[in-house]
Amino acid sequence: MTATFTLTGPTPTSDPASAAPPTGATVQLSAVVKAFAGHTALNSIDLEVAPGELVALLGPSGCGKTTALRSISGLESIDSGRIVIDGVDVADTPTNKRDIGMVFQAYSLFPHMTVLENVEFGLKMRKVAAARRRERALETLEMVGLTKHSDRFAHQLSGGQQQRVALARALVTRPRVLLLDEPLSALDAKVRVQLREEIRRLQTELGITTVFVTHDQEEALAVADRVAVMRDGRIEQIGTPEELYATPANAFVADFVGLSNRMPAELIDGQVHLHGCTLNLLGEPMPDGPVVALVRPEDIALSTDGIAGTVISSSFLGSLRRTRVRLDDGTVVAIQHEVERHPLPGEAVTVRLKGAPVSALPPKTKK
Amino acid sequence: MSADVAAPLSPAEPAPASAPLSPRAKPANQAVRIGAEPSALARRLILGIIGGIFLIPVIAMIEFTFRNGLAGDYTTSHWTGLFSEDSARTYRGLYQAIENSLVLAAVTVGIVLVLLLPTMVLVHMQFPRLKRTLEFICIIPITVPAIVLVVGLAPVYSVVVQVLGGSTWTLAFAYGITVLPYAYRAIQGNLDAIPVTTLSEAASTLGAGWLTVLWKILLPNLRRGVLAASFISIAVVLGEFTIASLLNRRNLQTALLQVSQSDPWVAVIFALAALALAFILLLIIGRLGAASPARRKS
Repeated sequence: MTATFTLTGPTPTSDPASAAPPTGATVQLSAVVKAFAGHTALNSIDLEVAPGELVALLGPSGCGKTTALRSISGLESIDSGRIVIDGVDVADTPTNKRDIGMVFQAYSLFPHMTVLENVEFGLKMRKVAAARRRERALETLEMVGLTKHSDRFAHQLSGGQQQRVALARALVTRPRVLLLDEPLSALDAKVRVQLREEIRRLQTELGITTVFVTHDQEEALAVADRVAVMRDGRIEQIGTPEELYATPANAFVADFVGLSNRMPAELIDGQVHLHGCTLNLLGEPMPDGPVVALVRPEDIALSTDGIAGTVISSSFLGSLRRTRVRLDDGTVVAIQHEVERHPLPGEAVTVRLKGAPVSALPPKTKK
Repeated sequence: MSADVAAPLSPAEPAPASAPLSPRAKPANQAVRIGAEPSALARRLILGIIGGIFLIPVIAMIEFTFRNGLAGDYTTSHWTGLFSEDSARTYRGLYQAIENSLVLAAVTVGIVLVLLLPTMVLVHMQFPRLKRTLEFICIIPITVPAIVLVVGLAPVYSVVVQVLGGSTWTLAFAYGITVLPYAYRAIQGNLDAIPVTTLSEAASTLGAGWLTVLWKILLPNLRRGVLAASFISIAVVLGEFTIASLLNRRNLQTALLQVSQSDPWVAVIFALAALALAFILLLIIGRLGAASPARRKS
């Protein structure tokens, strides 16, 4: 079948009606600044996303992650800096000419259109012939498992199904960049996990460069090739999930990524002294003196001797168990251990540090 | 994409349970409670009483059109007389007035759609801080008596007459103001009910320009509000008397008054026709408003 279509986007890398997996585009943000009424949402952000890579922007509310994403999409203009997609500065290119796909946090299906019409919309904007459009839309719906629902309207679908259609709608044009703005946060836990795996699978198969915004660290670590942890409009650290978890650049990252126990300790000669153990300090050097060490639950073990404490509670988490223990100095720590061991509340136990390096905060610092 | 890499998802989750259910479906064992939906009998009774209150004057008007003067008997001559050649000449002015009113209604709806609707969409999306101000401005006409409006408009219309002539359709500029409160409410209610910003942003990420967003995405979803605003505007314009009378223009209502002084039966017949038209418009609003996209398609 011959398809006649024209593209409205600037020098696209892929044919929107072609089934061949395209190569994703490079996305570069250089010294991007954006302020809202005196509040700096993006404070000179630098970010480079490689073709086909999935980078998650992770951070607490108000850290600027959504603003960064919206700046890439063009829904937000930037005050200064450069946003380059495939070598072209798109700072002055309107959203509808950027050749991107986006899935929003809020359900955004067009209520007056069927599922199929929703998915076809992007191709229609690119003037793809009707027959080809329908074929591509159905193929993409098949990818998200919703072919049977093609004649339904948004209000006849569950939240998870709506987000799947939104994903299909964003992918059907084979955009150069896929932008996901907390697409899973409105869904219940089970659907969230299912859909995030689906997003990852599709993204890998199609090779689309993807930026994924989330405040859920588990989600970010699970799907991303690299995670950028943001705070106050800046990127604190960018790295693979393993790097962020094992070698956080600073205490904020250590505290934000994964669970951490806060334990009072002493820093002497750049080493953390904690309950008789000497541990290496992760991240930036700090002045000697009292600190709060951030110890991962898996870096503490229940043992036959060591630091005495009393069990507060113990939770079964499927493949492991997490037990909260009040140590004799009053510190409460969470310990991750095998499920076979089932401590009871009130039980006297002893714990020991496994000796893994830790991050540290200055004393009396909340984050 | 090959089938193996594009394997479907695990079975899709079920659609919301509410979708296939009738809105009135309820568990059989649910106890009757205060504030619950009234029974079918109660509903018919309430509808009957309220309908009666509205119907009595209408029935009285219909009865009046068949009266034969003060003789106490009935005749159909007032109705049949309308279609005679003599009456066509006699009531030519009235027919002209009906035409004027219809033109006024069309121009007023045009003003609402061309000026008010885009302004409201723009304020809603780009300048939300101006929402209160716009609302205040749009509500003002309901608080201003028509006579005050006319006093203010009289000098304006002296200029309008110089520029555009003295045609009746120019009254639509004044009617565009008087219908603002009703049209604003109808459109705003609809604007608040749909995620305008998200839908527009989603459309623009898919390649749609501003006009396409407005035409293909927003307008279809604002259909209910726009239609309600249009029909309410038509109803207001067809029933307007004060401004037309005081500015010496001829519309349906001023003509009816004039006719009623010489032939009260014909005036009531035309008043009934105007009521029927308004009723039909309201029925259309109701039906369009209630129809969901799914029902329209099926």
